[in-house]
Amino acid sequence: MIAEAGLAALWLATAFAIAQLMLGAAAARAGDAAMMLAGVRRIALLQAVFALGAFLILIRLFATSDMSVLLVAQNSHSLKPMLYKIAGAWGNHEGSMLLWVTVLAVAGAGVSLFERRLAAGTLAATLAAQAAIAIGFYAFLAFASNPFARLNPAPADGQGLNPLLQDPGLAFHPPTLYLGYVGLSVAFSFAVAALLMRDVGPAFAKAMRPWVLGAWIFLTIGITAGSYWAYYELGWGGWWFWDPVENASLMPWLAATALLHSVNVLATRDGLRAWTLMLAVVAFSMSMVGTFLVRSGILVSVHAFAVDPTRGSFLLALLGLYIGGALALFGARVGTVTQGATFQLISREAALVLNNLLLSVILGVVLIGTLYPLVAQAMGVQLSIGAPFFEKTAVPIALALVAGTAAGPLLRWRKDSAQALLSRLTIPVAITGVSFALFFALSGGDSPIAVVVLALAFGLAAASVAPLWKRKLRRTPLPIWGMVVAHLGIAVSLAGMAADTLFKQERLAAVAVGDALHVGPFKVLLADVRPTVGPNWSAMEARLRVQRGTSAPFELTPQQRFFSSPPTNTSEAAIVTLWDGQVYTVLGAPDGAGRWQLRLWWKPFVTLIWAGGGLVALGGLIALAGRLRSGWRAAREEAWA
Amino acid sequence: MKKLLIWLPLGLFVIVFALVVNGLIEPSDRLVRSAMVGKPLPALRLPPLLPDKDGIDTSATRSGKPRMLNVFASWCIPCVAEAPQLMKLKQAGAEIDAIAVRDTTGDVQAFLARNGDPYTRIGDDRAMRAQLSLGSSGVPETFVIDSRGVIVDQHIGDIRAEDVPKLLAALEKAK
Amino acid sequence: MKAKHQRLTLGILAVVAILGAALLALSALKDQAAFFYAPGDVAGKPLPLGKAVRLGGMVEKGSLIRAKDGVSIGFKVTDGKAVVPVRFRGVTPDLFREGSGVVAEGQFQPDGSFAADNLLAKHDERYMPPQMAGKMHKSESLEP
Repeated sequence: MIAEAGLAALWLATAFAIAQLMLGAAAARAGDAAMMLAGVRRIALLQAVFALGAFLILIRLFATSDMSVLLVAQNSHSLKPMLYKIAGAWGNHEGSMLLWVTVLAVAGAGVSLFERRLAAGTLAATLAAQAAIAIGFYAFLAFASNPFARLNPAPADGQGLNPLLQDPGLAFHPPTLYLGYVGLSVAFSFAVAALLMRDVGPAFAKAMRPWVLGAWIFLTIGITAGSYWAYYELGWGGWWFWDPVENASLMPWLAATALLHSVNVLATRDGLRAWTLMLAVVAFSMSMVGTFLVRSGILVSVHAFAVDPTRGSFLLALLGLYIGGALALFGARVGTVTQGATFQLISREAALVLNNLLLSVILGVVLIGTLYPLVAQAMGVQLSIGAPFFEKTAVPIALALVAGTAAGPLLRWRKDSAQALLSRLTIPVAITGVSFALFFALSGGDSPIAVVVLALAFGLAAASVAPLWKRKLRRTPLPIWGMVVAHLGIAVSLAGMAADTLFKQERLAAVAVGDALHVGPFKVLLADVRPTVGPNWSAMEARLRVQRGTSAPFELTPQQRFFSSPPTNTSEAAIVTLWDGQVYTVLGAPDGAGRWQLRLWWKPFVTLIWAGGGLVALGGLIALAGRLRSGWRAAREEAWA
Repeated sequence: MKKLLIWLPLGLFVIVFALVVNGLIEPSDRLVRSAMVGKPLPALRLPPLLPDKDGIDTSATRSGKPRMLNVFASWCIPCVAEAPQLMKLKQAGAEIDAIAVRDTTGDVQAFLARNGDPYTRIGDDRAMRAQLSLGSSGVPETFVIDSRGVIVDQHIGDIRAEDVPKLLAALEKAK
Repeated sequence: MKAKHQRLTLGILAVVAILGAALLALSALKDQAAFFYAPGDVAGKPLPLGKAVRLGGMVEKGSLIRAKDGVSIGFKVTDGKAVVPVRFRGVTPDLFREGSGVVAEGQFQPDGSFAADNLLAKHDERYMPPQMAGKMHKSESLEP
């Protein structure tokens, strides 16, 4: 019965979404929107409650391993640990789409609860747009991927979850990304409403800003976590593969980063109006494209799941409807958006425009590289686009962007002089030059690009703390702190990437038990290889004694795991994190002569990559806290006035 | 100029969208037809998986009655769904051999006890070699083999109720 | 910059940026796209040298040789029409074995062999690279 209750909740949520769309549209058209708006707000809340109810029911079905539900039988197993049973609820297509729409509904409820600054008509239109998006996804669930479908007769046990996905990091990875995607849907709804109501200005930008920031924080966390997951789970020692699924999360992040910067110009200086609207549409498009790429399985990928053309077509139709519709609206209405405040060629605004342009170029390149295999396939050629393409195209532009990131915050709004900028940049430029010379000599000139990245990282680190110079630290507004921390995070992350490229060392060899290998400053002794078992897998486990010089040795235990349901095999890398880097070990196959393949890396400072990502997200959080606090203050003052 | 600029994003989007739609329609034929249809069954020798049933040895059964060859696995959900249809086919007189892919004796016994046992022989294909040599890309798949040992039809995915007459007709034609 | 034209200028800049991205991408695509080949596709034709490509087919029975170092292997990939010898150094995937499908990423060598940097041998019940599926089923001789 409980599965049917879930389905009923889903249908009720759909009904409320339809009501929300109709009443919201009516309120937006009516002269006095305020009266009807109260009703729209309540309906948005109800929609969220029922969507959330449906999702909680699905989690319960997974937690209790109700195998009479098709989705549970396909994706769960009674032997699975509880954490993965629950994560299994969204570790599959139907469940993840239900999560998507649930987050969408909850975000809509959030807008209806907390947004007080926007004109009533615009807010009503925003909620209507949000409902329109939700309706499409409810239809998708109802017609193409019902998560509550029953299976008769029920099987004795489930098919298990892909063991690659049995990992605490991955259990929370999709929800994090979805929060980001869906946060951008709110920005999109705001933009559509602003266009419809011809209400584009600082108020609209201020209402949109926390949502963009929030979405961007989640995307940043999602990408960072996804990168670390691929790093330790795939056992290939790499941290970014330019895989379509990774690109699917990178593209919305790039667009959201651009939007984040331009929405600030609109909110503080009332400039870049049409530009910001366009970016809001693009950012959500990229979320939809990301969802589509991952969920349709249209591209070959190491992460690829089952392929289903009907679902792909349905998602694609939704994408065409929303994005095509929004772009058409943009074309029809943007002429009525008057030009905002202008600025000089050398100014903070211009730097942010440069940031936006460069981000757009990177986005374009990544989008083309990701979609090109599809186009080629349409022309009858099978090909794939790998890291070399992206490294050749996106990386040089990203370097220019980093230079701009160093300079931008040191410029004044509206008007500044080149001379003043150069004098403020003296120290960072000097640091970049010195570190370039130093590391070029140190690395022997093998990879000049990586040396440039490392040098720029040092320069950016210096430049990003410069805005705090001569400020009273306690009185510096939180958003400034957020910017400083986020830019510093970029520098830290870049330093990690460059250090990994420049200084990593790798050993691959077949080793007999009792023999030792050397990698970097470490001596690695294969002490033992023995079988071991887990709850739903068995494994061969190597015991490695790793020692640097004469310091105390530590033990690492990489495994080859065999899962029985479904039958698959994964290699579990064993990693130890030291203050100056990581030792990364992978156990391969036996060579038939009593030896085992071992793959070892010493990766100095590689952890900075993800630490930097964390800092970027933290910067976003600090800025968000600052924005919310000032928004709350403004609302309180208004209430008193 | 300005007009053009305003509508450019929509234009670009429409172009990309059309390309993607094309890409989606094009490979929608993901059902990989086996190149083996119309060819003699490759020589297969699979050991028995169950103690009370023969394995598959095509050299011994090359001539005689037309048969069906069902590629299945106990861990496969669509295989559960198609089990009643297989039972129906068996009642209609079809002789059905099976290849169990990446499976174990105990699991298959439990599967058959639960869903019925339509099979005359069951071959053990742990390494998925026979499945590959048949040109089968997944489970379940069902091949119809005529009296001379030539593959005449391939059914991809679970057999639904409406597929039963079609398969019986194919079997009849294969005599 | 005149205030009146600022927006138009920005719009044009955006278009230039996007066109730049497209041009950059297309120029890089020419030499960076990894095309997918089956041995039969390159037999008797000029080899695509100096480019990262993918080679797909079956690992020929009896062709697998393991080097003494325990981590280098050599094997032959066939699609029934032609055979390409492949060299690889590294940890082979679990499902890699003689007689099974494989996709090798790497470069063709002037002597007609293939140096692989990476092997993909994913072939479980749910997932098969569509590229591999298409190629393998097109080839004629899959008899064991």
